[in-house]
Amino acid sequence: MTDSVTNLRALAPPPELRRPKLAPGERGLGGLTDHLTAFAEGRTPRWWWILFLPAAFFAAVVLPSMLIYQISTGVGVWGNNEPVAWGWDIINFVWWVGVAHAGTLISAMLFLTRQHWRTAIGRAAEAMTVFAVMMAGLYPAIHTGRIWFDWFLAPVPTANGIWPQFRSPLMWDVFAVNTYLMVSTLFWYVGLIPDLALMRDRAKTRMRKFLYGLFALGWTGSARHWHNYEKAYLVLSGLATLLVFTVSSVVGMDFATSQLAGWHETIFPFYFVAGAVFCGFGMVLVLLIPLRKLCHLEDVITLRHIDKVCKMTLLMGCVMGYIYVMEYFIAWYAGNPYDAWVFGHRLFGHQYWYGGWIMILVNASLPQLFWFKRVRQNLKLIFLIAVLINIGMWFERSVIIVGALYQDFLPANWGVYFPTWVDLGTYAGTLGAFFTMYLLFVRFLPVIAVSEVKGMMPQANPYHPLGGAKGDH
Amino acid sequence: MDANGKIYGLVAEFDSPAAILRAAEKVRDAGYRRWDTFTPFPVHGLDKVMGFKNSLVGWFALVFGGGAFVGCMAMIWYMNDFDYPIIVGGKPMFSPPAAFVPSYILLVLAGAIGAFVGMIALNELPRHHHPLFKNRRFELATRDKFFLVIGATDPKFSETETRKLLAEAGGTHIELVEDD
Repeated sequence: MTDSVTNLRALAPPPELRRPKLAPGERGLGGLTDHLTAFAEGRTPRWWWILFLPAAFFAAVVLPSMLIYQISTGVGVWGNNEPVAWGWDIINFVWWVGVAHAGTLISAMLFLTRQHWRTAIGRAAEAMTVFAVMMAGLYPAIHTGRIWFDWFLAPVPTANGIWPQFRSPLMWDVFAVNTYLMVSTLFWYVGLIPDLALMRDRAKTRMRKFLYGLFALGWTGSARHWHNYEKAYLVLSGLATLLVFTVSSVVGMDFATSQLAGWHETIFPFYFVAGAVFCGFGMVLVLLIPLRKLCHLEDVITLRHIDKVCKMTLLMGCVMGYIYVMEYFIAWYAGNPYDAWVFGHRLFGHQYWYGGWIMILVNASLPQLFWFKRVRQNLKLIFLIAVLINIGMWFERSVIIVGALYQDFLPANWGVYFPTWVDLGTYAGTLGAFFTMYLLFVRFLPVIAVSEVKGMMPQANPYHPLGGAKGDH
Repeated sequence: MDANGKIYGLVAEFDSPAAILRAAEKVRDAGYRRWDTFTPFPVHGLDKVMGFKNSLVGWFALVFGGGAFVGCMAMIWYMNDFDYPIIVGGKPMFSPPAAFVPSYILLVLAGAIGAFVGMIALNELPRHHHPLFKNRRFELATRDKFFLVIGATDPKFSETETRKLLAEAGGTHIELVEDD
């Protein structure tokens, strides 16, 4: 054993070239397990209540009141009208779908590309995906107005004998969003099973043992189970990766297949995927930076993880910049006067001009700060940039939707759009519901994929001296 | 154990992934067939020692997903061409490219459900009562200990010989596990 340890030391790079570790190896497997489950098992800290109570108020009081009022009265209580028939409902829908995307990208795509740093943040990002898709799915369901007719969207024999029309991207969207919700929930749950078993085995009270045990499905950690489990996780990752490219592209096609200037663009499916991933990385940073501090996980979600997420955000920010430039280029090069009108007014119109500037300055320019390592190490600044990215991406959707609708082909038809208090209340309610669910997740489930993090430690490698190897393998 | 209780097997505890891997090799070489290992995370190399073939979960996903793709294509043809033709923009009543998107989405959905169902079915879960759950130390199998269980139904199983083998392989806390 001593021989192999000395050999390893001789092969290791000099101290100045060593990267910070991705997992705290010095704790050992047991110590790390205690550390990662400590928050879900400990007492509820005061900050949790301070965040939870307002969020729960918006989720349990504001959101239901807004929904009851809107459903019983009609969509007229929103600011939507002609010519701007899609307002905050669809802006927020696209925004929430976008927020969801980074979770799938981190957990599925980075799993397939064997990026080990994802293990520490994958679970938290997947939870974000599940809850954000729930919020996203709410909007299309309620924006139909008479929600009791939503079942017309399902391919079932309807009372009037007409089937759904499958050439419409709006129909594809119904499939895409529901699939996204189900697949991301399934992916999250499958990842949780071994950790639920861990929580069951550690539980001190009967209630906890029963509940964790119920959802752990009787997981034992048998090698046969792991064998099928790893295959299932791989297949699910592959399928979820396909969804990263499908969901927002279908949302983009809702717009692109119309005839409207500002929407009728072939770049839209890609545009929406890139924007979604970008916005999602912003939300990941907004959630992770406080989470790692409040739950004392600084040595698991390290600065190196944050650094990597910042780099991904920078990459997506550059893609956004490219798309913005390309949109303007096509608007000019295509020579369509309506396109030129919409894109000119996006920045220099007398109404909503600020949205266009926010979108360019925040989404394409601000992330360029992440080129500097000093910015990528400054948590307060990263948090601020991440919040601004989420706001900027909200404005981008607003520019696309309202900006293309308020001045259509017929000047006599032009109008302006402003949200009402019901729009605002509904959005605040969905934010509250999202954070309520997220805080419950943080409180009761392990926010770090414990078995995955343990599995990538040297102590878990049977061919590593720390894993007990004696040089005979 | 009580007089008429059946034996499930012998369980031994190990401290490191390398130790359980070595023990698994020993147990395999001794000719045992009905045995299993329990680890807090997948230990790579164990599947080879235990002689697992490629998992069937992928086939579940393929059959579910492929079935959904074909089924959705057929459904769209039936609904929009056969049962109630709808003319949209003068295009053909049914064309595969337009029907591809929802079919592809359903492929992903059904494939994911297939992978999940396959994993659950092949692992014979949910199973909330397992003989090993009665063993106090087995709670550590999800934490930092590694367990090897040799089943009493194994033709080579003998309480004394098997216990000796597990002790030689470095196992500690070797205990009998009762069956339900």
